[in-house]
Amino acid sequence: MDTAKKEHQLIVSVSPHIKSEETTSRIMWSVNAALLPATVMGAYFFGPRAVFILVISIIASVLSEYIFQKSLNRKVSVNDGSAFLTGLLLGMNLPPSVPFYIPIIGSFVAVVITKQLFGGLGFNVFNPALIGRAFLLISFPKLMTIWKEPTAAFIQFDAKTTATPLGILKEEGVAKLMEVFGDNISLYTQLFVGHRAGSIGETSSIALLIGAAFLLYRGYISWHIPVSFLGTAALIAWIFGTKGALFTGDPIVHLFSGGMLLGAFFMATDYVTCPSVKKGQILFGIGCGFLTMLIRLKGGYPEGVMFAILIMNCFSPIIDRGFKTKVFGAKKETKESKK
Amino acid sequence: MSLATFKGGIHPPDKKELSKGRAISNTKPPKRVVIPLAQHIGAPCKLSVNVGQEVKKGEIIGAPEGFVSAPVHSSVSGKVIAIGEFPNAMGRMVTSVVIENDGKEEWTALKDNPDYMKLSSEELRGKVKDAGIVGMGGAAFPAHVKLSPPKEKPVDVVILNGAECEPYLTADYRLMIERPQEVVEGLKVLMKILGVNKGFIGIENNKPDAVEAMNNAASGESNIQVCALEVKYPQGAEKMLIKAAVGREVPPRGLPMDVGVVVHNIGTATAIYEAARYGKPLIERVVTVTGEGIKEPKNLMVKIGSLVSDLIEECGGFKSEAAKVISGGPMMGFALYSLDVPVTKGTSGILVLPEEEVVHAEEFGPCIRCGRCIDICPMGLMPSMLSVLSEKGFYEETKEYNLFDCFECGSCTYVCPSKRPIVQLVRLAKSLVKP
Repeated sequence: MDTAKKEHQLIVSVSPHIKSEETTSRIMWSVNAALLPATVMGAYFFGPRAVFILVISIIASVLSEYIFQKSLNRKVSVNDGSAFLTGLLLGMNLPPSVPFYIPIIGSFVAVVITKQLFGGLGFNVFNPALIGRAFLLISFPKLMTIWKEPTAAFIQFDAKTTATPLGILKEEGVAKLMEVFGDNISLYTQLFVGHRAGSIGETSSIALLIGAAFLLYRGYISWHIPVSFLGTAALIAWIFGTKGALFTGDPIVHLFSGGMLLGAFFMATDYVTCPSVKKGQILFGIGCGFLTMLIRLKGGYPEGVMFAILIMNCFSPIIDRGFKTKVFGAKKETKESKK
Repeated sequence: MSLATFKGGIHPPDKKELSKGRAISNTKPPKRVVIPLAQHIGAPCKLSVNVGQEVKKGEIIGAPEGFVSAPVHSSVSGKVIAIGEFPNAMGRMVTSVVIENDGKEEWTALKDNPDYMKLSSEELRGKVKDAGIVGMGGAAFPAHVKLSPPKEKPVDVVILNGAECEPYLTADYRLMIERPQEVVEGLKVLMKILGVNKGFIGIENNKPDAVEAMNNAASGESNIQVCALEVKYPQGAEKMLIKAAVGREVPPRGLPMDVGVVVHNIGTATAIYEAARYGKPLIERVVTVTGEGIKEPKNLMVKIGSLVSDLIEECGGFKSEAAKVISGGPMMGFALYSLDVPVTKGTSGILVLPEEEVVHAEEFGPCIRCGRCIDICPMGLMPSMLSVLSEKGFYEETKEYNLFDCFECGSCTYVCPSKRPIVQLVRLAKSLVKP
């Protein structure tokens, strides 16, 4: 430095000369951290098998990105935490009983096909983890719908096979759900804590809400998508949730089961694949909520969060165009001024 | 109570504590001054001295050419020793007059006007013009032009800009603390020239003592109101200030006078007062020399044409780690490549940043569409789209995203987590397409 000073070798660059400390990788790693409570709860309820699946999924995602970028002589960007996040989210969206090759195939589809082939971070149209899961669900429908009962006993390997609450609701109705869980209070409590069958990371509502609160507090996500998503879903669940009767549905069951919270707070809010304009995000969230409930109540699958978000991803660019921000001082557009 | 402000904006650390406690002090008389003939937006001045000629302090050395121009005066008494092309703070070569200071501080004859408020608005406007006053916040737009609104644009409000929203800078703050009465008098002259009876002084609320000082100074004036503004960058941008102070929105690519407002900077107001009262031309200004890389940050009264290197010396020199020197503030200022450039009428500060405060133009990442820039853009633009389109060479398409409404405040680039040079990509597109 001393020599630089003597020769007056000053650094010259364009303004602005100061920048915030926020970085892409800090955001990505923060989201990973926010998923930690739900991950821990998943491991607690579904045992070492769940941890194994999560680890495989993360390693496969990071490795896919590394190998792809290396082989194309591109800058390797695995440190930014986004491939790690894709792997973690994919793993959290898998049933704990899947064979080891399932997360590997899913990771490849997510990272290489959905993200890198579209141009890498920032250019993918669809949420990578969700495309990975959709691919697996369609290709391996049996393996992807075997659900294990949560055990909370860490070394028990032969947990019983069972149905998810949404599966029961779909096939046998609300009466059966009550029978399985006892009463309302017990049902809500189990859903809240996460003691139910489901994907590894989606079951514990409280853990997901803690992570979501952290992201909201840090400003990494805003309320627009989760609130409109969950609000719309709750409204539809309340109005149409019970067959043959209006306004008697149970929105709480719908919000706290399936992948609703994981989807609304952690997947629909993916920067790259959701609209960037806040007003547009509300429409995006409403669309997600509507499609989720349409699939849950009328579709062939018991769960609709994944397809709902993927379908809405297609609309993100056009929503952004439609909700283009108003320039400061601009009057409302008239037909003439539009020309 | 929520303070008046605008939508969007950012909160960079203000760093004003480095220099805000330092009263305005005079510099050592410079040995020589280098005075550029183009210090303002508009036509450069016509040279009116020769090499070897003796000039007095305040004597015209460059006469204005055309309406949008402002005369340039000598800031010292002495001898013209050279006339030629010298670099300015932006790195451009401009015709400049080099005057050797004889140290006698001999003034040219100035016309004293104890009863300046009795002059007609025409006479007062003439005094502003003759004094070579330009916008001293940085843009350096000739002041008298703003004071000559066309008939179809009636002006009813004058706002003094005391926001000083750029981090580090404290020049206007010191003027408000030390010379509040002159600021008020300057505002009164402006109001008289424009024939308006509503005056506002907008000050960011991180300077409560300045708000108080100005309130005291303006206490006898029923038509002058001091507004405390929310601390937020770019609160001092003309359009944002107008929105905050009087709630009017300047239309896109319009001027403040389109909504009946004229805005002047605090420094400009004191210069206007001095021009009206003493006939004093603009030959010196307050410059904040600050930053973590300078030994003793100061607010200096600097003669126009003094070299930046003189100011650095005046402030004890660099700390060993000084790495970047900026003319102006950290958000919109220019990095200097040489210290041998002169202070001009628009130089509000000299900022010295040490190595650890310098954000290197490291490789930047792709836009992750997080939308931070959209949320904070004070102009309601979509900087993310502008940067992506410009980066990929779709320059024409940037116009669909209102390229030319960007005034390059740098807020988007400040918040971008991918460290994308958004403002620079905007400048690139602006240079390649027609509005």
